[in-house]
Amino acid sequence: MKRDSATDPFDLAVETGETPWALETRGMSVDYGAFRAVKDLTMGFEKRRVTAIIGPSGCGKSTALRAFNRMNDLIPGCRTEGQVLFHGADVYAPEVDPVKVRRWIGMVFQKPNPFPKSVRENILWGARINGYSGDEEELVEGSLRQAALWDEVKDKLDKSALALSGGQQQRLCIARAVAVKPEILLMDEPTSALDPISTSRIEDLLEELKSRYTIIIVTHNMQQAGRVSDRTAFMLLGDLVEYAPTKELFLNPKDGRTENYISGRFG
Amino acid sequence: MNAGKFRAATGARGDGSFLPNLGKRQAAGRRWAAAFAAATIAAVLVLGALVASIVNDAFGLVAMEYTVDPATLAPGGDIEKLSDAELVAALEGNLKSRRLRALGNEKPLAERERADLLALVEDEVIKWEVVETFSLAESLLGRAEVDAFVAAEHPQAKLVFRSWVNARYLSASQSATAIDAGVRSALIGTLMTILITVATAFPIGIAAAIWLEEYAKDDKWNRFIRVNIYNLAGVPSIIYGMLGLAIFVRALEPVTSGAAFGAAADPTGANGRTILSAGLTLALLVLPVIIINAQEAFRAVPRTLRESGYAVGATKWQVVWHHVLPAAFDRVLTGTIVAVSRAIGETAPLVVVGASTFLTQDPTSVFSKFTTLPIQIYQWTARPQEDFHNIAAAAILVLLVLMLSLNAFAIILRNRLRAKKRFA
Ligand SMILES: Nc1ncnc2c1ncn2[C@@H]1O[C@H](COP(=O)(O)OP(=O)(O)OP(=O)(O)O)[C@@H](O)[C@H]1O
Ligand SMILES: [Mg+2]
Repeated sequence: MKRDSATDPFDLAVETGETPWALETRGMSVDYGAFRAVKDLTMGFEKRRVTAIIGPSGCGKSTALRAFNRMNDLIPGCRTEGQVLFHGADVYAPEVDPVKVRRWIGMVFQKPNPFPKSVRENILWGARINGYSGDEEELVEGSLRQAALWDEVKDKLDKSALALSGGQQQRLCIARAVAVKPEILLMDEPTSALDPISTSRIEDLLEELKSRYTIIIVTHNMQQAGRVSDRTAFMLLGDLVEYAPTKELFLNPKDGRTENYISGRFG
Repeated sequence: MNAGKFRAATGARGDGSFLPNLGKRQAAGRRWAAAFAAATIAAVLVLGALVASIVNDAFGLVAMEYTVDPATLAPGGDIEKLSDAELVAALEGNLKSRRLRALGNEKPLAERERADLLALVEDEVIKWEVVETFSLAESLLGRAEVDAFVAAEHPQAKLVFRSWVNARYLSASQSATAIDAGVRSALIGTLMTILITVATAFPIGIAAAIWLEEYAKDDKWNRFIRVNIYNLAGVPSIIYGMLGLAIFVRALEPVTSGAAFGAAADPTGANGRTILSAGLTLALLVLPVIIINAQEAFRAVPRTLRESGYAVGATKWQVVWHHVLPAAFDRVLTGTIVAVSRAIGETAPLVVVGASTFLTQDPTSVFSKFTTLPIQIYQWTARPQEDFHNIAAAAILVLLVLMLSLNAFAIILRNRLRAKKRFA
């Protein structure tokens, strides 16, 4: 059953891409068995902006993020309801292949997890399997430059990625994600395993990356959310409590629970 | 003194609800450690006893008698020193004329190779015969008693030190006399059998493990299959022999005898009791173990590695092929080799499948009759004669060396794969 890509609603959505939001959820709920980890989430993510999701541990931030690119499909017993619209096309529509979703919505994880291959192969593998036919050297250099890693690894392209430092590995994971030229980058606490210097490197990087990509970042660090994001969402026990431009949310929270959380009274 | 200071410095801080018990805890730890060391020593002792008993039988003094004293043929009895012409003369002087004529008809003596002549003089003129064998312990520690015993019981006999594993033993086939018998056919049989086992069980086992671990849904049927693969791994090997007999020897005879492929009927009349049947039977035997082991290897691949593959838009197959398999391969390989080295030592299923009891010819193809090292050991130890027990011990040594090399190969391969994984 070969699908004609020109009439695939998902591909059409990617091509036209004319919706106010790059990604939008409508009544999205995620269950682990009988436990509802994310409840009725309705929100939109602006194009070419950084959106931060904050909230106490266990409130469902990672679960929501992983639902956006159907990563939760890999967890047995995890079910998603409602809609996740990517340029208006529901990524959970029955005819949509999750492989295609993940190709457009890339992901960077909390713990750096490069492939146990060379630096070069880390960049090229994803591009190759997605049918990249351009110049490979150009792609490697371009992706590493976007991740602000080129100068550090240009002499070690054929060395194992596992020989890099944690911060370098995490930037390599970012380079690997951008190498397939996605539209959206999901980042789940990308700096929580890193030292302050690597962290500020990656924060600077986000500023650069948002000129090309829509970025959704989960973070525990409220200063970080304040520094890097344009809009911030606060979640609590699976609910979206408040979602506003970052400055507004931090300086002038509407909800008491948000205020308690950002002033450090719980969580 | 230092300890006293430390106690003085810290003791003051306790509020009395923590009783001093470190001494007791450390003592308990030491007792357990001693028990573990004792267990290890026991295991090493048993292993040492095993090896010692084999070596004890595989080397030692033998008392041999002859029909014609080699000293009458060559000075000092060393027939190696004789020229070809002298060897021919020795044959002509000692053999019956009928035997000489028969040999001459095969090939005139004058045209024969030197090795051939030497063998003829040994086998037909001198006719060495083992009358008594001694273990290595007896030979080394009780030499005086051995000498006295031989002098009393076999005054004619000559006492020589013999390694039952020797070049001739490795290159000769089965024979009715122990001193002439060798393991060549059995060794070739073992290698060919195990090659068939690996070539079938390895790919099928891995494929099944991939399906079960990566693709199969976690439903009632698949759980049933999984549980039963575990059960199969525990089924006694002789039952696999009966299965092999029913399937490969009987039902699939046209295939396992080679008739279906137009192979000429085996002149020895194997009738499906072939190397192919033996190899496939052992493949059945190791398959569950290989599957279980490979499943565990795949399960040990961290989820983060799979997720990093999926996150750049890989399909399930791409993740399995490019990431899960390479990451798990060293474990899969070692598990397989451990399973296979167990299969090398299997005897019971091959007896059932129909190993030949007396095979003097090397197998020529997978459709030949077969015997293997363990079968040979089993048959030789069952004989009453002492010297057959010696060649059985020698065969055990050969089998052990084969298994140890296989295991060493596994370890080297694993370490290389690991190193590659780390520094790729
Ligand atoms: N695989 C799973 N199976 C069952 N329950 C899960 C699973 N993963 C997460 N949960 C539950 O879902 C809830 C949300 O988890 P999630 O990982 O999304 O939290 P989080 O906000 O990312 O927390 P943290 O900040 O600690 O990462 C938690 O109560 C957690 O126990
Ligand atoms: Mg999380």
